[in-house]
Amino acid sequence: MMILFSYLIFPGFLFSACVGLIAGWIDRKVTARIQWRVGPPWYQNFVDIVKLLGKETVIPRGAAKLTFLFSPFLGLLSAALVATILGVTVRLPLTSFAGDLIVVVYLLIIPAISVIIGASSSRNPLASIGASREMKLVLGYELPFILSIIAVIIKSSGGIQLGSILNHQINFGSNLVSWSGALAFIAAIFCMQAKLCFVPFDMSEAEQEIMAGALIEYSGSALAMFKLTKAILLYTIPLLLVILFWGSNLAPLALIGKYIALLVVVILIKNTNPRLRIDQALRFFWGPVTALAVIAVILAIIGY
Amino acid sequence: MDLKLKALTKSIWVFHAATSPCNNCDIETLDLLTPRHDIERLGIVLVGSVRHADALLVTGVPNYKTKERLKKLYSQAPKPCLVVAIGGCACGRIIFQESYNSPCAVDEIIPVDVYIPGCPPKPEAITAGLVKLIKKVRGEK
Ligand code: SF4
Repeated sequence: MMILFSYLIFPGFLFSACVGLIAGWIDRKVTARIQWRVGPPWYQNFVDIVKLLGKETVIPRGAAKLTFLFSPFLGLLSAALVATILGVTVRLPLTSFAGDLIVVVYLLIIPAISVIIGASSSRNPLASIGASREMKLVLGYELPFILSIIAVIIKSSGGIQLGSILNHQINFGSNLVSWSGALAFIAAIFCMQAKLCFVPFDMSEAEQEIMAGALIEYSGSALAMFKLTKAILLYTIPLLLVILFWGSNLAPLALIGKYIALLVVVILIKNTNPRLRIDQALRFFWGPVTALAVIAVILAIIGY
Repeated sequence: MDLKLKALTKSIWVFHAATSPCNNCDIETLDLLTPRHDIERLGIVLVGSVRHADALLVTGVPNYKTKERLKKLYSQAPKPCLVVAIGGCACGRIIFQESYNSPCAVDEIIPVDVYIPGCPPKPEAITAGLVKLIKKVRGEK
């Protein structure tokens, strides 16, 4: 009962979706202000979701029906699960199970995989271009992301439980304030941008060249599921970064402040950069970002 | 009125269907999305795929080729889908009525909800038309 409640309502699905949708509004509003516009009202993203739920869901002719309709749920379920694990950890560290960090890392790939599966089953050439770009992007950013998480694990003396990493930071200060932690944090911020599918790494959904790419054939409630997944990820991934790197003080106000600071970084990167090509993105992730993460791991091993 | 329609009027995602216009109406339509007119404050966003669209903004006189495309586009859009005819061409074919390659007007192919005349209409006129569209969906006068 308690587990179901925390999965569906409090730190899980409902709560994270609401926070994510409001964060999405902050993103749209800040973007609008940067472009000297007024921007949408605060409930805009909620209205969008309700509207999408009320619309017809078209299944394109020749698409694999089951896979096409099932993949949005796959992404949504795993994103909500990550939100639950992180939320429970923030509230009561050490109630979670050992190794939950590894589970979180795995679950965070599933939304991207669900986009790939859905796009490939939709029988649209632009969607398959989007899917292939998404696949390459996943290959690109997973390596530095995992390396920077390894740096954190080494720093917190081998703890692979989110709670123990938090406790270590409470005792010895945030990972962020050490050299290795800071470098790994910078690498992780780039990976976060790509995981959230934001400019400059949104080539799988490039609106201008491949018309929403991977999501091109989705409509109605299936599209709403993808939008909700995006919203939940916008809540979970910055939260994961806060827990891993900046977790010395997680009192509610400090947590909200840190989350919003990360969100603003994401939005600023998004608004000041043009979209990269997929080969440039891969070169970026496998070159400088991986190098940064490797240096962070080495520094962590020798104790900086 | 029910929640579905209410949500629809507050977040209309538009798809821009240019059926051989002279391109002037398109530019005025794009002006709507620029910071000066900022239509996003009404929740109106331009989308790239017709599957995401709630409204088709049609500009221009359909010719033999774009006529078929327009019909197809409308059938691909998830319902409820609104149609806005922007510019004199889309409303009633103006000077192209007698043209050899203009088989029919937009409203002979798909049902049009709002007509916005002008050659081209100003962005303010298009905004006024969209407000009329919202009122029509809500059933107000
Ligand atoms: S209405 Fe006028 S401006 Fe618009 S497409 Fe027709 S000719 Fe061009």
